Amino acid sequence: MNILTAEKNGELIVRVTGDIDHHSALGLREEIDEKMEEIRPSRLLLDLGGTDFMDSSGLGLILGRLRKAGEMKIPMTLLNPSEAILKLLHLAGLEKTLDIRYL
Amino acid sequence: MKEILNSTRVRFLALGENEGFARIVTAGFLMNLGVTPSLLADIKTMVSEAVTNSIVHGYRGMDGRKNYLFLELRFYSDRMLVITVADRGRGIENVEKAMEPFYTTDREGERSGMGLPIMQAFSDSMKLVSKPGFTKVTMRKKLP
Repeated sequence: MNILTAEKNGELIVRVTGDIDHHSALGLREEIDEKMEEIRPSRLLLDLGGTDFMDSSGLGLILGRLRKAGEMKIPMTLLNPSEAILKLLHLAGLEKTLDIRYL
Repeated sequence: MKEILNSTRVRFLALGENEGFARIVTAGFLMNLGVTPSLLADIKTMVSEAVTNSIVHGYRGMDGRKNYLFLELRFYSDRMLVITVADRGRGIENVEKAMEPFYTTDREGERSGMGLPIMQAFSDSMKLVSKPGFTKVTMRKKLP
């Protein structure tokens, strides 16, 4: 698992490549939260276009970041989730509540 | 009568890094069975959820370097895949409750509480047996 962060026009873009499972989720969570606190972006964009695999730990990660961004009054967008990730989001009933975009 | 065409059983330490190992074993087992990428993703998710449950919940507070879990894959002549994951951990106190979507005993760890519901949704049938010192989950999935 690898994480790349970039700032563009005050927005924080976090691109996750590799697998998101319980083992990798903790590091991701810490890194994203730290970056959010540090730069206080106008929007958090979580790009899953390079994510090969995600299980329910990824759902926890997304929900947790949504909560954290909400507390900081920062809108959050999920970018480029795969069909497999969309299926999990759908099962958890999150597909319609999240702002999902494809670039 | 259906017969076993292939089978494997691995025993590994209850460590987080072995979640990925279990998925790789599963992908390797399914390699020549004509499984689509989408179905492979579902099956890897089922295994990942079960193994993570054993590591995170079964062996919670216990030393993962001293505790093992087991993954068994069996493929039958009627194309039924049977996945079994077992551990000798704490057991699940309330299986019914654990099956409820979004129920988790680990809010702090940001567990979504969707592990068991996903395993159930992705399998054709799932059986969970648990008591203190032993938990075994068996999932069946008919391959096309």
